[in-house]
Amino acid sequence: MKFSLSWLKAHLDTDASLTEITDKLTDIGLELEGIENPADALRPFRVAKVIEAGPHPNADKLQLLKVADGGAEPWQVVCGAPNAKAGMIGVFGPPGTYIPGSDFTLKPARIRDVESFGMMCSYRELELGDDHDGIIELPESAASKVGTSYADYAQIDDPVFDVSITPNRQDCMGVRGIARDLAAAGIGTLKSLSDAYRGANLDIPRAGAGPDVRTEDPGGCPAFYARTVSGVSNGSAPDWMQRHLKSAGQKPISLLVDITNFVMLDLGRPLHVYDIAKLNGGLVARKAKAGERLTALNDKEYILDETMTVIADEKGAHDIGGIMGGAETGAQPETTEVLIECAYFTPENIARTGQKLLLTSDARQRFERGVDPAFLDDGLAIATWLITEHCGGTPSEVTRAGTPPVEQRTVAYDPAQCLALGGLDVAPDRQKAILEALGFAIADDWTITVPTWRRDVSGWQDIVEEIVRIEGLDNIPSTPLPRKPGVAKPTASPEQLAERKARRTAAARGLNEVVNWSFISEKEAAPFGGGTWSLANPISEDLKAMRPSMLPGLIAAAKRNSARGASSIRLFEVGRRYLESSEHPTIGLVLTGEKTARGWQGRAASKFDAYDAKAEVLAILEAAGAPVDKLMDFGEAGNAYHPGQSGTLRLGPKKILAAYGALHPSVTKALGLKGTAVGAEIFLDAIPLKKKSGHMRDAFAPPALQSVTRDFAFIVDADLPAGDLVRTVKGADKKLITDARIFDLFEGPSVGEGKKSLAVEVMLQPVEATLTEEDLKALSDKVVASAGKLGAELRG
Amino acid sequence: MSDIEAIRDKYLKQIETASDGDALEAIRLAALGKKGEISLLLKTLGQMTPEERQEQGPKINGARQAVADALTSRKEAMETAALDAKLATEKLDLTLPAPTAPKGSIHPVSQVMDELAEIFADLGFSVATGPEIEDDWHNFTALNIPDTHPARAMHDTFYFPPESATSDDSGMPKLLRTHTSPVQIRTMMDVAKKTDGAGEPIYLIAPGRTYRSDSDATHTPMFHQVEGLVIDKNIHMGHLKWTLETFVRAFFERDDIELRLRPSYFPFTEPSAEVDVGFSVEQGRRIIGGDPRGDNGGWMEILGSGMVHPNVIRNCGLDPDIWQGFAFGCGIDRLAMLKYGMDDLRAFFDGDLRWADHYGFDALDVPTLSGGVGA
Repeated sequence: MKFSLSWLKAHLDTDASLTEITDKLTDIGLELEGIENPADALRPFRVAKVIEAGPHPNADKLQLLKVADGGAEPWQVVCGAPNAKAGMIGVFGPPGTYIPGSDFTLKPARIRDVESFGMMCSYRELELGDDHDGIIELPESAASKVGTSYADYAQIDDPVFDVSITPNRQDCMGVRGIARDLAAAGIGTLKSLSDAYRGANLDIPRAGAGPDVRTEDPGGCPAFYARTVSGVSNGSAPDWMQRHLKSAGQKPISLLVDITNFVMLDLGRPLHVYDIAKLNGGLVARKAKAGERLTALNDKEYILDETMTVIADEKGAHDIGGIMGGAETGAQPETTEVLIECAYFTPENIARTGQKLLLTSDARQRFERGVDPAFLDDGLAIATWLITEHCGGTPSEVTRAGTPPVEQRTVAYDPAQCLALGGLDVAPDRQKAILEALGFAIADDWTITVPTWRRDVSGWQDIVEEIVRIEGLDNIPSTPLPRKPGVAKPTASPEQLAERKARRTAAARGLNEVVNWSFISEKEAAPFGGGTWSLANPISEDLKAMRPSMLPGLIAAAKRNSARGASSIRLFEVGRRYLESSEHPTIGLVLTGEKTARGWQGRAASKFDAYDAKAEVLAILEAAGAPVDKLMDFGEAGNAYHPGQSGTLRLGPKKILAAYGALHPSVTKALGLKGTAVGAEIFLDAIPLKKKSGHMRDAFAPPALQSVTRDFAFIVDADLPAGDLVRTVKGADKKLITDARIFDLFEGPSVGEGKKSLAVEVMLQPVEATLTEEDLKALSDKVVASAGKLGAELRG
Repeated sequence: MSDIEAIRDKYLKQIETASDGDALEAIRLAALGKKGEISLLLKTLGQMTPEERQEQGPKINGARQAVADALTSRKEAMETAALDAKLATEKLDLTLPAPTAPKGSIHPVSQVMDELAEIFADLGFSVATGPEIEDDWHNFTALNIPDTHPARAMHDTFYFPPESATSDDSGMPKLLRTHTSPVQIRTMMDVAKKTDGAGEPIYLIAPGRTYRSDSDATHTPMFHQVEGLVIDKNIHMGHLKWTLETFVRAFFERDDIELRLRPSYFPFTEPSAEVDVGFSVEQGRRIIGGDPRGDNGGWMEILGSGMVHPNVIRNCGLDPDIWQGFAFGCGIDRLAMLKYGMDDLRAFFDGDLRWADHYGFDALDVPTLSGGVGA
C-alpha cells in the first residue's frame, strides 16, 4: 500500500516528523517497506521561460533557444522538440543535471557546431509520465514562477510511504485506516470524515427513484446498494486527486474511474461505476451460469462457473462481482449517466473465485479480507459527492438491495489478560484509551464492542494484541522460562542419536556430507522403481518426483564434482526416501574416482570396489547401533547395482538394513557419471534400536587364559561363498571358537578346475584350562568335519 | 699382586680387546665355563681349610664376578654399536609425503541443527520430527488457515495430484509441508490423546526440510526450517522474548545482540511478532550483534513468532483456557549463512566438494555446551 504524506495528512492532524511517522508505522505492525520522495531526483530542475526561439544554422529540425531560468544570463540551448517556441514556459535542467528518465548527466555540448547548455525537458525525461512528443509546456500562470524549483511548483515534494499490510488488516488498505492506527499510537489526531473531505456536503439533493438493482445471490452478495447520477461530464481528475493516485502507483484514467479508485484507496471501499447507456434494464447480483463468458477491464476473457457471483443485466454479466468490472459497460469519456455500485461481497466467495480465475485486483484484495459492512451508505455518499462536485449531474435516491452482514461483535475481556498473555503490564485506563482510539467501545464491565471494520478481532487474545502493538512490543520485559527441576535428561530421541552418530561416523571415515533436493526428475527416478509421489506443480521437470532412493542425487552431485576436476569423490547424504506408504530416513553414499592417489611408494592409483562400499556400510551400521555381528549377506540389492557385485545386509531374510555394491554402469551412464562408482543405502528406520535399561554393563572380567589361533586351508568349489565357510567354521565349536576370518584366497591350476583355496584363521579362547594337544586335535577334527559338509577339503 | 688378581686382569684385558661376540664367548668358556680357569679355582675352595677359605673365597668369587660383569657390559656395548651401525644405514627422507586418510565433512545445515538441539536442550526443549508429505489439514487448516484465507497465498505450496487426497475433510490433495508447523500440530494432538485431553507441558523444536514453490537468488524450492513450541500454563510474550534472546545470543555466541519485535500477522499466532536482529559491521563484514544504530548497523528480520492462537490449541484437542504458549520459526540455512558467512544459498544444495571443504565441519566438531556451540 503506497500513499503520500500529504494524503495521510488529509486524515491525520499531526506535526510529527517523517522519521517519527515511519518508525511508528513499523512499531505498530504496519511495516514500512520503503519511503521515497519523487522530488529528490528533480531538485535541480527549474521553471524556465523560452525568451527566444530561432532556427539552428546547420540543422533543419533543431532550434536555437534562449532560456531564462532566473539566473543572471539566459542559457543558449539547442532543442529538437517540435513544440518549442518563444514565450513558452517549461522545465529546464541546467548543465550538470542528472536526467532520470534518460539516465545521463547534462554537459555543455556542441551540437552541429553550436554550443548548447542544459536542456528543456519532457515528462518522460523527468519520469513523470510517458509523454515524449515534446517538452513540458506549463500554463501561462507559471510565468511568475520562473526560476523556482519545478518540484515545488508542481507540489511533488511529497514523500511516498510504501507500507506492507498484513492480510488481517483490511481496514488499513485505505489511507484513513492507517491514519486511525497512527492516531491511536500517539501520532496526531484523526480528523472526522467530514473534515477529511473538506467541505463535503454528504446531504446531496436527490432527484428521482433509485435504480433497479437487486441481489439473487445473498450468499455471495448479501447487499447491493446503488444510485445513479445523470448529466455528468467525464474528464480529468483534479490535480490533487491525480497526485494522490500517482503516489499510490495508480495511473489516472478518467474522472469517474479515478473517483472510484480514490475512494477505494482512501477509505478501503471498492466501488464500480457503470455507463447506464450500455446497460439493458436493471442490474442483478446472481450466480454466474456455467461457461458464462465475460471480458474484464484488463481485456482478458474469463469463463465463469456457477460458484461465482456476477452483476448482470438482462443481456448478460458485466462485472465479476467484487473482483473486476467488464470492459463493455465501464465509464467512458463520453459517459453522461452512471450507476454507482456499492456492494458487499462475501470474502470466502471472492477468495475462491479469485483463486479459480487466477485474477487479482485491488478490489478482490479488499473484499476477500472483508470490507467494513457498515460503510456502504457513507462510501456511496462520498463517491456521489465527489462525482457531483467534479463531474456535475444529479443523483438519484439510493436503492438498498439486501442487507450487509453487520454484526455487533462483543468480546468479554479482563484487563489482567494483557499481562497474562502479552507479558506487558498496562494500566486499565491506558488500555481503554488505546482501544477507544482504535474505534472499540468499552462497557463498564469491560465487555468490548468491536468496530465493524475490524473483522479480524474476535477473541480476547486479539484485544491483547491491539494493546501490546500500540503500546510497543519493545516494552515487554524479557521473562526467563521456568527451569524444570531435577537433572537434565536427554532431549534427543534414540533415533535422532543414532542418526547423529551415523552421520559423524561417515564424516570421520572421510565422506563429505551433501544435501540434495528431495525431488528429482521422473527419468532419474525410473531405475530406482520410479517415484510414487510426483508433484502436480513442480518448479521444473527436473524437480518433480520425490526421490525413491538417495542414489540419483548423489550420483548427480558426484558427476558435477567430477566435471569440476575432483579426482576422489566420497559423498553421503542423510535424508529421506519417499515411498508409497511413508518416508524412510536413509543414509546414501557414493564413492567414485580414485580411492587412493598414485604414490611415490610404487603405488598406482586404486579404484573403489564393492568391498569399499560394504566397509562404509558396516561402519555406519555399527555406529547407528545395528548388531553387525548378526547380519547376513544376501543378494538382491536392486536394479541400480551391478548384478554380480552388490548385496544386501539383513537381519533375517526380510529385514534389509542396507544395500550396497558397484553401481550398474547403465545407471551411472544415464546420469552422466563417467567411470566406475560404488554406492550404498543404509535404511536407518530398519535398524532395531537397543533398549537402554540404565547405565550398567554386563559384568565382565578378561579371560585369564591366553587365546590361541589355528590356521586351516580348505579347497572348496569356486562358487562357494566364503561367508558360508566362515559361518560353518565358527559354528564348529561355539564354546571355544570366538572368531574366524579368511586370510587368503587362491585360485589356480594347483587347486584344480572349478575350485579355490580359502585359508581360515580360527581364534580360540580356552575357558577352564589351557588347551592340550588332544583338545586342539579334537577341535581341528570338528572344524574339518563341519567344513566338510560344504564340500570343503583340507588342503594337503 | 696375587695369582688370582693376575688371572682376573688377564681376562679383563682380553674382554676389553675382544672383537666380536664369538671372541667374548670363547673368553667366557675359558674363564667361567665348566672347565674354565676361574671355575676350577672355585672348586679348590672345598679342599681348603676354613682359614684359607676365608681368605681365598672372596678373592676368587670377586674375580669371577668381575669377569662376568665385564662380559655382560662388553656384550651390551657391542650390541649397541651394532644397532647404531645398522640404524645409520636406515635413514628415510621424511619430507616425502606420508600416507593420508581422506578428510570428510559435516554439512553446515547438519551442524547448525546439532547446535540448535544443544542450545535448546539447555532450555529443556526436545527435538521433534514429522512427515514432509503432509495433508492439507495438518499444514493449513489446523493452523487456523482455512482454504479461502488470504494467508494461503503467502505459501507457494507444492501439491501432489488430486488422486493423493486423503480422508481429511478438505478433500484437498496431499502437499509438501510449507513449514514444520505440522510437527507442532502432531505433537499437540499426541499429547491430547495420551492425556485424554488433559494436556501436559510441551517444549520442543522441530527442525527439518520444508518446501515452497519459489526459486531465485535467495529462495530455493527446498530449504530448512526450525520451529519452536512451548505450551504450558502462564506462558506469555515476555517468555517468548526471553527465549528468542537467549537462543539468538547463544547461537551467535555474543551477549551484545539486540532483538526487535515488530507486530505482524500469522494466522496461527495471536499476538504475532516478526523479530529483527541487530547487526553491525566488523572488519568489513556484516555480523550479527554490535550496535544496530551505529554506522553501517541496522536490523534484519530473522524470525516469525507469536502466542499460539487459541483455535490452533483447540484444533489439537487441548483447552486454550488452560494451556497457552508461544511458537516461533526461522530458516536454518539463513542462520548458517549469517553465522558462518556464506553468501550463496544455492551452494548449500550443490554438493561442491570445494565448498564442503571450506564451509563444512570436522566430524569431531560436535557442538557441546562446554565447548561452545560454534565450531
